[in-house]
Amino acid sequence: MENTIENLEAKFQAKLDAEIKIEPKDWMPDKYRKTLVRQISQHAHSEIVGMLPEGNWITRAPSLRRKIGLLAKVQDEGGHGLYLYSAAETLGTSRDQMFEDLNSGKAKYSSIFNYPTLTWADIGAVGWLVDGAAIMNQVMLTRASYGPYARAMVRICKEESFHQRQGYEITMALAQGSPEQKEMAQDALNRWWWPSLMMFGPSDAESTHSAQSMAWKIKRKSNDELRQSFVDATVPQAEFLGLTLPDKDLKWNEERGHYDYGAIDWDEFWQVVKGGGPCNKDRLKVRNKAYNEGAWVREAAMAHAEKRAERKKNN
Amino acid sequence: MSKKDWPLWEVFIRSKAGLHHKHAGSLHATDEEMAMENARDVYTRRQEGISIWVVESKNITASVPDDGDMLFDAAKTKPYRHPTFYDIPDEIGHM
Repeated sequence: MENTIENLEAKFQAKLDAEIKIEPKDWMPDKYRKTLVRQISQHAHSEIVGMLPEGNWITRAPSLRRKIGLLAKVQDEGGHGLYLYSAAETLGTSRDQMFEDLNSGKAKYSSIFNYPTLTWADIGAVGWLVDGAAIMNQVMLTRASYGPYARAMVRICKEESFHQRQGYEITMALAQGSPEQKEMAQDALNRWWWPSLMMFGPSDAESTHSAQSMAWKIKRKSNDELRQSFVDATVPQAEFLGLTLPDKDLKWNEERGHYDYGAIDWDEFWQVVKGGGPCNKDRLKVRNKAYNEGAWVREAAMAHAEKRAERKKNN
Repeated sequence: MSKKDWPLWEVFIRSKAGLHHKHAGSLHATDEEMAMENARDVYTRRQEGISIWVVESKNITASVPDDGDMLFDAAKTKPYRHPTFYDIPDEIGHM
């Protein structure tokens, strides 16, 4: 068979239909490649920027047990960023290019990290809700059609299972503590609940990339399906803690077999996506500072390696 | 790859004695020593291995996907390389 674009596309689609993974050197449509580079690099950026709101509390964790847990979690996020950057690089982009896109504000990352972590209870809410929502999405992505992305997701999901439990335990300790502590946990839940629901992205009717990503088997479930699974999983967890999800429309729908929930404020979502969230500017400022101030270390390490290689050659 | 990027390395981990080293992923490092240190930090944070190999990615020669048919199809027509191709009476038992 001749390698015309039509033939190549048909072969590509046949592979997807047969659930055969696409690997880096396989032929793939340009748009599939571009979609993956965008999605995987955004995902990597989210892991890296996600270290900031939590890193904020490492030095102020209330006990050694809490501190080592949080440290390990933030260290994991750094590792997860690296797995994902590597997966994106197999598609022909470079680490340097991706950093540049992040630091210049051109690339997006998950908007949830543009909200501040105001109290220790926020670290509980972030682990429980934000990681809970991320895991819901990532478990689906372990079955993504692009091999390196799916493999990175398998590793990430294995490691992240402690993240949510860590957050829930923190929230539970507060919810079962003094009235002031319980109030703190409730306040954090009030602030993180809606942004967590927004993490799944626009509703199916509004989502620009969803349909194509599903056809390419990058995504396996729609934004609304994932959001519903998250709500259904979280309601009993909140009830157990005696905390109230801040949604007066939240109630069990016998007919659907799911919880109904209230309308999401999509204006707020788009405002944060477009840079108007409480911490957008600060996150980028911190990223740029770290990157720029680390430049001499990267250059020195490379110069040292080159010198060593030269010396080896001459011996 | 951009010039500013450090070289790319592939990481292989032996999870326990008796098993093969298996590809775990890749990372950037300036030289083999840093590649080894980074591999330890990135890929063995939870006792995933007892031995690490790092190989600079550019030193790996890979087969070309388009040559797949040429390389691997011939084996499809050689069932006589498998034990089930040969008829042995049941009375003989396991062989």
